[in-house]
Amino acid sequence: MDRLKTLLFLTSVVILLCLPAYSQTSIDSTAAVKPAVESPASPTNVVAKDTKNDDGSAMDISWQLSPDDKRLVTKYVVLRSKSPNGPFVGIGSTTKGQSFYTDNGDTVGVSYYYKVAAVNELKTADGQVVVGSSESSMVGPVKPVAQWFNLRRTDVLIWLFITCAAILFYIMQAKSGKELYVRKIAGIDAVDDAIGRATEMGRKVFFVPGIQDMDDVATIAAITILGRVARICATNETMLDVPVSKSLVMVTARESVREAYSRVGRPDAFKEDQVHYVTDDQFGYAAAIDGMVMRDKPAAMFYMGGFFAEALILAETGNNAGAIQIAGTNQPAQIPFFVAACDYTLIGEELFAASAYLEREPRLLGSLKGQDFAKGLFLLAIFLLLILAMLGVNWVTIMDVS
Amino acid sequence: MKREIPLIITFVAGVAFVLQYFIPHYPFNRFENLFSDWFSIVGAFAIWLGALSLIKLCLLNISKKAHDWPISLLIIVCFLAIVVAGAIDGFNGLKNVPTTSFRDPGTNFDWLYQNVYTPLSATMFAILAFFVASASYRAFRARNTAATLLLLSAFFVMIGRVPIGDYLSAWLPPSWQLSQWANWLMAFPNTAGQRAVMIGIALGTVSTSLRIILGIERAHLEG
Amino acid sequence: MKKFLPWIILVALIIVVALLPKPLEISPTVSVIVTVLLGLALTGVLVMTMRGHLIGRRTVFLFIGASLTLPFFMNFQMPIKVAPEVQELYDAIAKLPPGSKVLAAFDYDPPSAPELQPQAEAFMAYAFKHDLKVIIMGLWPQGPQQADMAIQKVLQQPAIRAKNIKYGVDYVNLGFQSGNEFVIQRMGSSFRGMFPRDIYNTDCDKIPILNGVDNFSNIDFVFNLSSGYPGTVEWVQIAVDRYGVKLGAGNTAVQAPSVYPYLSSHKLTGLAGGMSGAWQFEQATGEPGVASTYVLPQTFSHMVVIGFIIIGNVALFVGYRKSRQEGV
Repeated sequence: MDRLKTLLFLTSVVILLCLPAYSQTSIDSTAAVKPAVESPASPTNVVAKDTKNDDGSAMDISWQLSPDDKRLVTKYVVLRSKSPNGPFVGIGSTTKGQSFYTDNGDTVGVSYYYKVAAVNELKTADGQVVVGSSESSMVGPVKPVAQWFNLRRTDVLIWLFITCAAILFYIMQAKSGKELYVRKIAGIDAVDDAIGRATEMGRKVFFVPGIQDMDDVATIAAITILGRVARICATNETMLDVPVSKSLVMVTARESVREAYSRVGRPDAFKEDQVHYVTDDQFGYAAAIDGMVMRDKPAAMFYMGGFFAEALILAETGNNAGAIQIAGTNQPAQIPFFVAACDYTLIGEELFAASAYLEREPRLLGSLKGQDFAKGLFLLAIFLLLILAMLGVNWVTIMDVS
Repeated sequence: MKREIPLIITFVAGVAFVLQYFIPHYPFNRFENLFSDWFSIVGAFAIWLGALSLIKLCLLNISKKAHDWPISLLIIVCFLAIVVAGAIDGFNGLKNVPTTSFRDPGTNFDWLYQNVYTPLSATMFAILAFFVASASYRAFRARNTAATLLLLSAFFVMIGRVPIGDYLSAWLPPSWQLSQWANWLMAFPNTAGQRAVMIGIALGTVSTSLRIILGIERAHLEG
Repeated sequence: MKKFLPWIILVALIIVVALLPKPLEISPTVSVIVTVLLGLALTGVLVMTMRGHLIGRRTVFLFIGASLTLPFFMNFQMPIKVAPEVQELYDAIAKLPPGSKVLAAFDYDPPSAPELQPQAEAFMAYAFKHDLKVIIMGLWPQGPQQADMAIQKVLQQPAIRAKNIKYGVDYVNLGFQSGNEFVIQRMGSSFRGMFPRDIYNTDCDKIPILNGVDNFSNIDFVFNLSSGYPGTVEWVQIAVDRYGVKLGAGNTAVQAPSVYPYLSSHKLTGLAGGMSGAWQFEQATGEPGVASTYVLPQTFSHMVVIGFIIIGNVALFVGYRKSRQEGV
């Protein structure tokens, strides 16, 4: 009995002594061993080829998805090296399910080697990220090549040639003396009447060339019209005020108005401050012009060029001042506001036609006819493509050059 | 040569820009970035021309006591206030470690921006709400067929874009409710009209650009 | 005395507004009464017009002012129907798996904030809740600041606070870059080329969320908030057309009509236009915000404008009748 008790006591002691060691080992093993992350199977059939129609800085990489794409993969990482022995550096990644990547960081003429790794990222409870991945076999060497022509823009080039050819053809026709019919545009016809009204009333003419800079074609078209308006104002001795929003526009408009005054023999009547800079800020510009309009009460206002939200603010204030208003802009969103608030509005390309219409120079009229011819061809093309689409032939797919 | 040089520069730059659109190969691929950088640099310097012109005009008005000389005085005061505030904050910011910008929250410049410029901008934009109403009251009248169509479109889009449109037409089948009419007007007639205007503007832009590049259009150079 | 009357009224209004308890909300019954009174006032104007007493611009402004301010104090619940284009936008965002990289382009300034800021907040809240990684930039100088304001507001939400969103890991603000559409074009080859540092001047190479993000091919979706130029049109013409990105947009009501052609040609994947678009987007994403408050004044003002269009046409026909009676 005593032996049994001793044996039991010793066994308990041993067990008690071993317990901390066991749990210590368990903690240590937990600390020493990270959770196992299963690596997905690697992607296959990796293909790297030069991206077409570029400047030689891009390569298209495609691959077949890993068989574990749905189960394990969290992303694919594209690896690149300049040497088959590495080191391979990750240059980008895609989410699972995607099997295409464009490497836009290449240097033309340099050979590259690619691999694609399927990655399984796991976030543990304590915030650690554990990664398992497997890489595909290497492909390469592949060299990106710069193309001399972007084939995707062939259709644009064809249409550009057609448009330019039509314009040049009609310019030559006009120069040869042929009479070209151009339909009446009420807004442009009203320019002379508007300035005449201002002359009779002894009030100012305001010309607002928009808030865009000289890199916008609409501003150049506006300056062209300004030249014509300035000539009429100089002839009639009507005060012309041109508040501008951009410094470069101020410089150009000033020269245009100065030249216009000189042309009609009134260089002395031109004052530099007629064309003055206000502010680059959109609503500051609108507020300044509104203030000038309410104080000076002009009889005629021209809004020509690129306008945005300030269009209606300007037009309504001009209307309130009792001015006759003629507007033209290339911003489709602002055309309805001008239509509602102004007496005459040049819609769309009528703004660009205005200079040709006002000058009546044969070459300019010829370009107008050419532009209209090109538009007619566009209409015909749209109609034909519509018929084809209704018959089930999708011409856009046929034309798509990748 | 005074007239010829600008025309030559215009031609070369215009042709270069057209070529770079179609030829991705070096050096054409660098043109767009190069020219845009040059334009930004020229524009940045040109800002001084405008600012000096504005100050000169305002000072002239003040000295001559022109009829709106208090407005000119206000322009000068505000101009100087924002420039001085920005300059002081900028210099003070340079002394900090790390350096801070004059635009950072807490600066005088930022205070003027948040408490003066932003509310004024928002006010001017808000004026549009009133002007839209007065323009609509004046313009949307059934004088002829086109005006009547415009009036009806405006009616359906305005009422269909707010919840009350569906509330009033709840008794109609879902595809006939007012919001669907508004969606249809936006998706079809509006889109067709926008496309037509966009195509016309694009062609007009091509034609004007060609005239400028070839030197046929010179009014922006010589009046 | 008459000269100073407008100033006296203005000062009295300011005093009344200052003394009123805030927030002020009137009961549904009073809301209905105010609405009926507004309707009766409009009817009165209509009757006056029919009798030949034409109203001026100032009367129109007064009614618009009332219809925009009074609804802020009202308590009306209105039903909502999500338009197809807004649903398309939401569906495109909802399809993005957690961890997707979304480029958010903030191309607007404070004046457009009433329409676009609610969309920004709804989008950021949705993105944070669904573990989308957001890279913010702007082609307008104030755009990134607007983004920051939206994020700071959204981070106050308890559900998002619990997610412990970290700058640099879950979102990053690259700031503004000048150059308009050229910026988009250069981002097509390299983001670092345009944004070497973020808005806080940290090297982008040191920001975890930007690891592996070189250009548009590393971006899963672009969400653009735009109120003009440069904006959605430029993103479509360059990012979508040249680099094939998937683009969804939120636009102001003025800009939205000109962007519809891109929607129907599938260059644009969804569009939320104007205040009502913002409200619908909030409903679709399940992130209710201020747009639902703003829609009520918009509704009232639309009804007032429609009322004045009717009154204007009545004035036209009264004029016709008068001229016929006078034998002109």
